[in-house]
Amino acid sequence: MQQQDYISQIHRCFRCGYCKFPTDYSSLNCPTYRRFRFDTYSTGGRLWLIYAWLKGEIEWSEHLAEILYTCTTCKNCTEQCPMKFAPDIVDWIVGARSDMVEKGRIPPRVAHFFEAVYGYGNPLKLLRSDRAAWAKGTKMYTPGDQYLLYVGCLGSYDENGQKMARSLVDVFNAAGVSFGILGSDEECCGNEVYMLGEMGLFQTLVEKNSQKFKELGVKKIITICPHGYNVMKNRYPASGANFEIYHYSQLLNDLIEKDKIKPSRIEAKVTYQDPCFLGRYNNVYEEPRQVLRSIPGLELLEMKRNRADASCCGGGSGNFVMDLLAGSDESPARVRVREAYDTGADTLAVACPSCLTMFTDAVKTEDLDGKLAVKDISQIVRESLPTKNGS
Amino acid sequence: MSDVYEALVNIVGKDYASNHREERYFYGRDPGLMTPHEADYAVMPRTTEEVQEIVKLANREKVPIVPKGAGLALTGLVIPLKGGIVMDMKRMDKILEVNESARYVVVEGGVSQGALREYLKEHHPNLRHSVPEAPPITTIAANVVIHGQGRLTNQYGFNSDMVNGLEVVLPTGEICKIGSCSVGPYWFSKGPPLPDLSGLFLGWLGTTGILTKVGLKLYPKKKIKDLEVFVTDKEDLVPDIIFKITHTEMVEDLAIWAQERPLMFRGNYHINIFITADSEDELELKRKMVYDSVQEYVDSKDAGFMTINLDMKRDFMDNPQKSMTAFADVRRGGGFEYAGPIIPMELYPECARKVAELAIKYRVVYGGSGRVIHGGHCMMFSFAYTFNRADLDEMGRARRALHEAAEFVADKGGVLWKPNIDEQKIMMERMDPNTLKLMTDIKKLLDPNGIMNPGNWEAS
Repeated sequence: MQQQDYISQIHRCFRCGYCKFPTDYSSLNCPTYRRFRFDTYSTGGRLWLIYAWLKGEIEWSEHLAEILYTCTTCKNCTEQCPMKFAPDIVDWIVGARSDMVEKGRIPPRVAHFFEAVYGYGNPLKLLRSDRAAWAKGTKMYTPGDQYLLYVGCLGSYDENGQKMARSLVDVFNAAGVSFGILGSDEECCGNEVYMLGEMGLFQTLVEKNSQKFKELGVKKIITICPHGYNVMKNRYPASGANFEIYHYSQLLNDLIEKDKIKPSRIEAKVTYQDPCFLGRYNNVYEEPRQVLRSIPGLELLEMKRNRADASCCGGGSGNFVMDLLAGSDESPARVRVREAYDTGADTLAVACPSCLTMFTDAVKTEDLDGKLAVKDISQIVRESLPTKNGS
Repeated sequence: MSDVYEALVNIVGKDYASNHREERYFYGRDPGLMTPHEADYAVMPRTTEEVQEIVKLANREKVPIVPKGAGLALTGLVIPLKGGIVMDMKRMDKILEVNESARYVVVEGGVSQGALREYLKEHHPNLRHSVPEAPPITTIAANVVIHGQGRLTNQYGFNSDMVNGLEVVLPTGEICKIGSCSVGPYWFSKGPPLPDLSGLFLGWLGTTGILTKVGLKLYPKKKIKDLEVFVTDKEDLVPDIIFKITHTEMVEDLAIWAQERPLMFRGNYHINIFITADSEDELELKRKMVYDSVQEYVDSKDAGFMTINLDMKRDFMDNPQKSMTAFADVRRGGGFEYAGPIIPMELYPECARKVAELAIKYRVVYGGSGRVIHGGHCMMFSFAYTFNRADLDEMGRARRALHEAAEFVADKGGVLWKPNIDEQKIMMERMDPNTLKLMTDIKKLLDPNGIMNPGNWEAS
């Protein structure tokens, strides 16, 4: 799907509304529609408004841009749409955003996002030199290492993401994985930049990253973040960047299957959040669950909406930084932690730093602190490893 | 006008009132072919009291109000023809009560068909409601207001016949209960043995009040369901085939369809026969009775049962039938609309020929489907035409085809269902003058300021 193809296709949406639901119709599964409830914030609403904008029936406005940019590109609509064009819907949204970027008509927070990535290599506007501050003692990648661990922006800078990165490094070290990181040489993966429609910046990031990978002789990349996994696996190859890409949960599962990690007993009731960019985008549903199931004593409970029906945390498409969805008791993360708590789980397991941050905040807002822990799978596995003194 | 917006914000909060161009644009149209007209405001109340306050505001300011569910009737019934406030009801989404033994449910005015279906499946697995084939975001209240139909319509009538009580905010702002709920806590009847006042609201397309609660009959959910498809290439035989099948009183739903694409279906008339049962024995008995009822047509080789693959069967059994929505993309154009007159069964052959004839005349792609209502007293016949929303010429042709279909059926004695404003005129022109006067007087009495969905059911 070429970016500009959306102009000739976007009128095909009938706005029937199937995209608002999960496979069953028990709840609303479009995160922004549930949050805002005006039909304009559903996929159909957006597509109709974009078409109206293209036809000149409505002018660009900040409100139009906000409607367009609140979409988290979670891809629930693609799963549920009954039409043949379903696989193209996110491309249409991205295409329209790309047009807005080219015309310079984007919400200020989106512009700041791009400026930060362009200037700092991360959307948080934090210093490049601090990118590896979390990683004391972690080996830098050198040619010959089996894997490059691509940490990503949240893993590098966000407090929760850093905990996740440290846990994962501990687990890999315990399992004897041959890997290294890029440290301050790492650059934003570009997934959100792509989803937000800044194609020039995206291409720059792809080229910078893949050039660096090639220089170092990288063949295999493990990403902490599903967003990075998605873009490197599905978007980089178009620019000739062909690396073997793994999400860390896939590698953990492999290590466990090969007995390189032997989790010890944890008494916990855990429910798992499928990250959009791992699940719906890449069909990785079972490996993270296999990891959790492999831990003795851990009971895995499913939320009603799971796998392709999982509801988004609300952080996609840069919202974990920009917070265009703003606070509400119908905010996607708050809705989801309530659903997680209702399963009877004491822990909400995630496999994405964005989910980790969104849910950690939501648990506090929902007053579930002490009732529902939010942990990344790597943290849970880390806890399950025997400590050095053998306890 | 900005005062109205501020007042709306005061009633529902800032998040749920809008005067932005984007909401005004979107809430000024539906996916069908009627000319859009922009709303001045869109608002999403959460409670009956908020609805009441908005209606009082509209009366004070003489601003029109158009209550809206999902807006998927396709005939422009929620287009604010004279501007004003479009009231999106979908935040009123609570399922309030299920009375298992009396088999009814009470829902708020924005509860979707999909939500109720799933709620019953989870909490009351022995009960079901009559789910229409429209997408699941369509609402119970809007469906009964337009006399919609569903999967149980052959057995129990129009979905509006299944209403068991209403709570209505009248056009002047009073909250009014209709049926048994007006005298006690139960919602077991919409009227009898009292005068049936539900008729003041059902079928009025939102011109006489806003439904904030609906009591709806529920029905036994059978354990097994199955489907047979009976096919003939002779449309003239369809009424008698239906007559014979309905005589058995053994089928849940009867849907007749004919379409030109894919080509394998062209020239044939398919009757989907849905059978439900609580045991294999019961299913077998019902199936045999259906077989026996049409055996003469099988013997004469005029018709026969069609073998359908599992995918197709799953598709048909799905309720709502998701694939039906995909008709909008046949022309890769995102549009379809249908005129769905209610006709006596005997008019089926003429309608079946007409839908195809108009498709040729206006160069549009058609689907002609029908649903038997209440054991065969009548049926809904859908003249459906798909169009490309990017092709204004094709949209115009589809519109003309639909208009000609409406006039054709009205001349034959059919009654237009969920009529657009042009079709309402067709109906009112043919209506007994005293009936029309009664309608006009009732409307004036209930809505003295003419604020409720103005432009609809208005005699010239």
